[in-house]
Amino acid sequence: MKKQDQQNSAKELLRKQYARMVEKVTPSSKLLEGCLRSFWVGGLICTLGQAFSDLGYRYLSLNSTEASTFGSMVLVFITALLTGIGIFDRIGKYAGAGTVVPITGFANAMVSPAMEYRPEGWVLGTGAKLFTIAGPVLVYGITASVAVGLIYCLIGG
Amino acid sequence: MLKTVKHIGEQTVLLESMPGIIASAAVVGPKEGKGPLGINFDEVVDDPLCGQESFEMAEHMIFRRACEKCIANAGMEKGQVQALLGGDLLNQIMAASLSARELGIPFFGLYGACSTMTESLLLGAMLCDGGYFDPVLCAAGSHFCTAERQYRFPLEYGCQRTPSAQWTVTGAGAHMLARGRGKVRIPMGTVGRVIDLGVTDANNMGAAMAPAAADTILHHLLDTGRTLADYDQFVTGDLGAVGSRLLYDLLGKNGVELSGKKHTDCGLMIFDKDQDVHAGGSGCGCAASVLRGYILPNLEMGHWKRVAFMATGALLSTTSSQQGETIPGVAHLVVLEREA
Repeated sequence: MKKQDQQNSAKELLRKQYARMVEKVTPSSKLLEGCLRSFWVGGLICTLGQAFSDLGYRYLSLNSTEASTFGSMVLVFITALLTGIGIFDRIGKYAGAGTVVPITGFANAMVSPAMEYRPEGWVLGTGAKLFTIAGPVLVYGITASVAVGLIYCLIGG
Repeated sequence: MLKTVKHIGEQTVLLESMPGIIASAAVVGPKEGKGPLGINFDEVVDDPLCGQESFEMAEHMIFRRACEKCIANAGMEKGQVQALLGGDLLNQIMAASLSARELGIPFFGLYGACSTMTESLLLGAMLCDGGYFDPVLCAAGSHFCTAERQYRFPLEYGCQRTPSAQWTVTGAGAHMLARGRGKVRIPMGTVGRVIDLGVTDANNMGAAMAPAAADTILHHLLDTGRTLADYDQFVTGDLGAVGSRLLYDLLGKNGVELSGKKHTDCGLMIFDKDQDVHAGGSGCGCAASVLRGYILPNLEMGHWKRVAFMATGALLSTTSSQQGETIPGVAHLVVLEREA
């Protein structure tokens, strides 16, 4: 039994040593460069969204709620289009969180599996796999908003 | 009657009849075709879909075409090949099985992740040497687009790859083995053990596989009583930049000083640095096609006399990864020797 314990602790030590070796030679992502890229692309997307929303408000005589929905819709449409013609993944590769965090990330996460799983059919392919990436966001996003709503109702109401 | 020794040490087999590689073929995708070995491959397909409905079917086409070209290069007919040993990265090794269905050759399906090429060569050489099958066709293939979808994200999903991530090679290589023939022979091989030093990052496969490669080299040297000096080159499958560095470190700790002078990694050969593949190429097709496009030519032209060729595989599944398991690695070694 003791021998077994010794072997296990030796194994554990080896694993720890190796983890340090791996850490030393594995190149890390360029944090500052990545942040700058996502900042300017993400900022640009949000500015565009605001611009569409303002246009809707001014020229399409939408009220402010409708106008912000209109802004989101335009961004979702543009993302879906760019995903469909194979350009969005290149922008995402450059910008990282800059395209993932705004609504563009959500649109891309819906359209890309829809395209990817098309060969398996409309039902078991596109239909079943549509939410593989966005599903968890919806589940926990909606759950969280219900929870926040309840709290608001109880103490804020 | 004197019994021939077929097994030495713990993991090494001797192949007395020296099965040799009598013909080879590699079919690769467009990105690999643009790489430094592009002109050495038998066919570069210009469409990753190969005119098929899905990338899985394209992978199967590439696999089958590599097998067919290899049979043609050997000047044979399908019916003359006695066995096909092969595999790929798809679930249930679909590309290999579908190809075997159409080729009609008795088939052993193998899964060794990216180590499949040497796994099939080693088993094929043993089947030849034992006199059970001769000739034997050994093949392996992979496809970037199918591997991405199976292991990572949809192709059009806009995410970033980490610097240690590797690029799955689109391509397949097939190699025909025959007993006592061929310019390049396989006199021995070492079967790898599955080694796991606790790497969990699926974007750092090189780090997950390097311990297995080091373990196989150390056992090979121990079993055979040889040293690094007995080989002109050690060729690994797809350790990439990170894994190669770790291999040197791990071997160095055991008193074996391997360096870039005596080591080549197929994953670092198949693409140029400016092809944006981060730590290098990977996949079953990587070692399989580089064997055709780089290793065998070097042996045949006499630049190398004896090479230890070792494809490395990360034996993870998406399920095991999601359940928090660490990534087991394996590496099988075959010795490739130019017939004097």
